[in-house]
Amino acid sequence: MEPQLLAFVLLALVALFSAVMMVTRRNLVHSALYLVVTFLAVAAIYVVLHAEFLAVVQVLVYAGGIMVLFLFVILLVDLPREMAARKRSRKGHVATALILSALVVGLLGYELATTRGTSGPPGSPLSAEGGNLEAVALTLFRYYLLPFEVVSLLLLVAMVGAILLARPKT
Amino acid sequence: MLTPTHVMLFSLALFGIGIVGVLTRRNAILVLMCIELMFNAANLNFVAFAWSFPEISGQVFAVFTICIAAGEAAVGLAILIALVRNRENINIDEIHLLKW
Repeated sequence: MEPQLLAFVLLALVALFSAVMMVTRRNLVHSALYLVVTFLAVAAIYVVLHAEFLAVVQVLVYAGGIMVLFLFVILLVDLPREMAARKRSRKGHVATALILSALVVGLLGYELATTRGTSGPPGSPLSAEGGNLEAVALTLFRYYLLPFEVVSLLLLVAMVGAILLARPKT
Repeated sequence: MLTPTHVMLFSLALFGIGIVGVLTRRNAILVLMCIELMFNAANLNFVAFAWSFPEISGQVFAVFTICIAAGEAAVGLAILIALVRNRENINIDEIHLLKW
């Protein structure tokens, strides 16, 4: 097995295992920490796929920013009633949800299995002279300048909205 | 030989785990975390095709997706905090004010 494929398979196994653990844990803090593991494994897969800039952004924004936000809210919103509500049995509901999810995954998997993906060696477009970061930056600011500004506006709106929603009533 | 199909199957599995989480768990915070997981699966597809073509625009779009995911997480968690403040409850089975 060639090293690239081996690295990908191992990282994918780690990511899938921690994703399953994230969904099944009872303790929300454990779930959040498993999600961090998944994000880090995905960041490593980005490196395998020659997206080094995205890997760094993934670690900074997801594993750093978003997960700290989640952990902050989990610790802030630790309701005792949540613990009591977990005792109820919902076997039928779980079975339905599992069947639905299996259906979606099965259909998409069938599509993937019947269409052959193309593969190509990573060429120069992914890394300019200054590396992957320069390639991303050149494309971003040359061809996607307006979307970039719109996204910055959207982040501003999200920030104002979040503050407005979370503000205590005075 | 690593092909985009491998990456897409992996991203499909991640997306499926996210769906299972959204449908089975009743805690709103965990549902939001599962949505983040599904954003990640979508990003993986962008990066896989950017690597396969090869064409850098896919990576640029993944950057945009990460921005949207950050905004979504911030607003979603703010809504949760408002919910906890007003109703003392984040079980999504019991938040059915808009349901009839």
